[in-house]
Amino acid sequence: MPRSQAVALALLVAFIAAAPFFLFPVYVMKVLCFALYACAFNLLLGYAGLLSFGHAAYFGMGSYLSAHAAKVWGLTPELAIITGGLTATVLGAAFGWLAIRRQGIYFAMITLALAQMVYFFCVQAPFTGGEDGIQAVPRGALFGVLDLTPDFTLYWVVAAIFLAGFLFLYRVVHSPFGQVLKAIRDNEPRAISLGYRSDDYKLLAFVLSAAIAGIAGGTKAIVFQIATLTDVNWPMSGEAVLMTLLGGIGTMFGPVVGAFIIVTLQAELAQFGAWVTVIQGVIFVACVLAFRRGVIGELQQAIRRPL
Amino acid sequence: MSDFWYDLEPFLQQGTLGLVNGAFYAILSLGLAVIFGMLNVVNFAHGAQFMLGAFVAWMLLNWAGIGYWGALILAPLVVGLLGVVIERTMIARLYKLDHLYGLLLTFGLALIIEGTMRNAFGSSGLPYQVPEAFRIPPVDLGYMLMPAYRFWIVVVSLIVCLGTWYAIEKTKLGSYLRAAVENPKLVQAFGINVPLMMTATYGAGVALAAFAGVLAAPVYSVNPAMGANFIIIVFAVVVIGGMGSILGSIVTGYILGVIEGFTRVYYPEASATVVFVIMAIVLLVRPTGLFGRA
Repeated sequence: MPRSQAVALALLVAFIAAAPFFLFPVYVMKVLCFALYACAFNLLLGYAGLLSFGHAAYFGMGSYLSAHAAKVWGLTPELAIITGGLTATVLGAAFGWLAIRRQGIYFAMITLALAQMVYFFCVQAPFTGGEDGIQAVPRGALFGVLDLTPDFTLYWVVAAIFLAGFLFLYRVVHSPFGQVLKAIRDNEPRAISLGYRSDDYKLLAFVLSAAIAGIAGGTKAIVFQIATLTDVNWPMSGEAVLMTLLGGIGTMFGPVVGAFIIVTLQAELAQFGAWVTVIQGVIFVACVLAFRRGVIGELQQAIRRPL
Repeated sequence: MSDFWYDLEPFLQQGTLGLVNGAFYAILSLGLAVIFGMLNVVNFAHGAQFMLGAFVAWMLLNWAGIGYWGALILAPLVVGLLGVVIERTMIARLYKLDHLYGLLLTFGLALIIEGTMRNAFGSSGLPYQVPEAFRIPPVDLGYMLMPAYRFWIVVVSLIVCLGTWYAIEKTKLGSYLRAAVENPKLVQAFGINVPLMMTATYGAGVALAAFAGVLAAPVYSVNPAMGANFIIIVFAVVVIGGMGSILGSIVTGYILGVIEGFTRVYYPEASATVVFVIMAIVLLVRPTGLFGRA
C-alpha cells in the first residue's frame, strides 16, 4: 500500500474508532452502510468503467432478504446479512450476465431497467410487505451470544463489516484481477488482444460489486430494523452514483467521503422535504460540469499521490 | 357471437387500450433516439420534461385560462425553449467527454425538475379535465367502445411520429441532420452550422416529450412522479428497439404497449414487468436490439 493510502486508511480507522464518542452512533452507522454501498458501486464504475444505474436492486434485495431472514426465519444477524449478500450475489450474476452484452450507455439503461423490474417485483411480492416494508426487524444477538440491541455495541459490528468490505475491495482493486479490470476500462480491444476474456472479468467484477452492495443493504436493514421500497427504487441507485461522483470516481477513499457528505446533507436538510432532491440534482450537475474529479480526486491531484 | 370472438374480444380490447400506452412509449423513445443520434447523449431528463409538459398545460389552464388546444402548441414551445437553454449552457460542454457524463448531467437535471415541481405542487397530483371536444360518446370499433380521447391519443401520436420520421428521412433539413449524425466534421466543412443543429435537435426532442406530456395530462393525473415511471420503461423500449433506427423506435413503442395490454388479460401481475422481461429476452437473442446496428 503506498504511504499516502496507508495514512488515509489510518485516519479513516481513527475516525471510525473515535466517531461514536462524539457523533450519534446510528448516524455514523448509516454513513458506513452507504459508504460500503458506494465503494461497491465504485468497483464497477471506477475500476471496470461500467456505469450501473441499477445498484438499488442489490442493495434493496440485500436489505429485504436480511430483514426477512432475521425476522421470519429468526436467523442471527451475521447469518441474516450473509443471506442478503448471497441473494444480491445471485441476482448480480444473473443481471450482470445479461447487461455485459452491451456497453456504455446501453449498459446503464439495461441495469436501470432490470433494477426497476426488481422494484415492481418487490411492490407485488407478499413477503416484502408492500408499502409498509418489513418493519420491527430484530437486531438479535451476534453469533447468538452478543446482544446487538444497544447502538453502541452494534456500532463496532457495523464498523468491522465496513472495514472488512473496504479492505476486501482494496485487495480486489490491487490484485492482478484488478489490474486487468483497469486495462479493460482503459482499452478493451487491447485487453482482449492480449488474451484476457474481458466478459469474464466484467462479470466477476459485477458479481463482487453486487455482493458487497447486498451486504451493505443487509447491514442497513439490521441497523434501522426496517427494509422498504425506498431501498430498492431507482433514486437509491442514483445515490450510489452521486456519492461516488462527488467523492471521486476511481479513488479508494472517494466514495467514503462522498457517502459522508451526502448522508450528512440528507440529515441536515430532512426538514426541507423535496429540496433535498433538488440539491442532490444541483450537486450532480455541478460535479459533471466543473468538478469531475471529485473531492478525493482533486486532493489526489494536488498531492500527486494515489488515494 | 361465436366462441372464437368471445375468446378474442378481451384480447383485442386490451391490445387496443395498450396502444394508448404504446403511443407514449413511441413518442418518448422517438425523442430519445433523435437526441441520441445527433448529440450522443441519453437524455435522462426526458421523463422530467414529459412531466413538465403536463404541468405547463395545467398552469396555462389554471393561471392563464388557456385551454387544451393552446397548451398542445404552447407547452412544447415553452419546454422546448428550456431544452435549448439547457443544451447551450450545459450539455454543449460535454460533447468531448465520455458519453456517461451526459447521462449523469441529465439525471441531475431530472432530479432538479422533479424536486422543484414536488415542492411547488406536492406529490398527490392535480386533475386535468378531458377537453370539451372529446366529451362525446365513445368510438365504436366493432369489438369495443373506445373513449374518444384515448382514440385521439393514438391517432395524433401516429401523426406526430410519422411526421417526425418524414421530416428526418425525406426532407432536406432531415438529410442535413442524418449527414451530421454520420460525420459532423464534414458537414460543418460544407458550411452547415452543426452546433446550431444540435441545439435545435435537443430542443425538438424535448418539445416532443412535452407534447406527450400534454397528451397525457387528461389521462393520468398531473403529478411530479409521472415522468420517472415512464422514462425507465422507455429506456427498456429503446434497448429492445435499438436507437439506430427512427422507425424502429416508433414501431417498438407501439408493439410493447400492445403486448403490455395483452399481458393485462392473461397475467395481470406481470403487466408492469413484461417490458423488462422482453428486454432481457431480446438481449439474449439479439443483443444489438431488434432494429439496432452493432
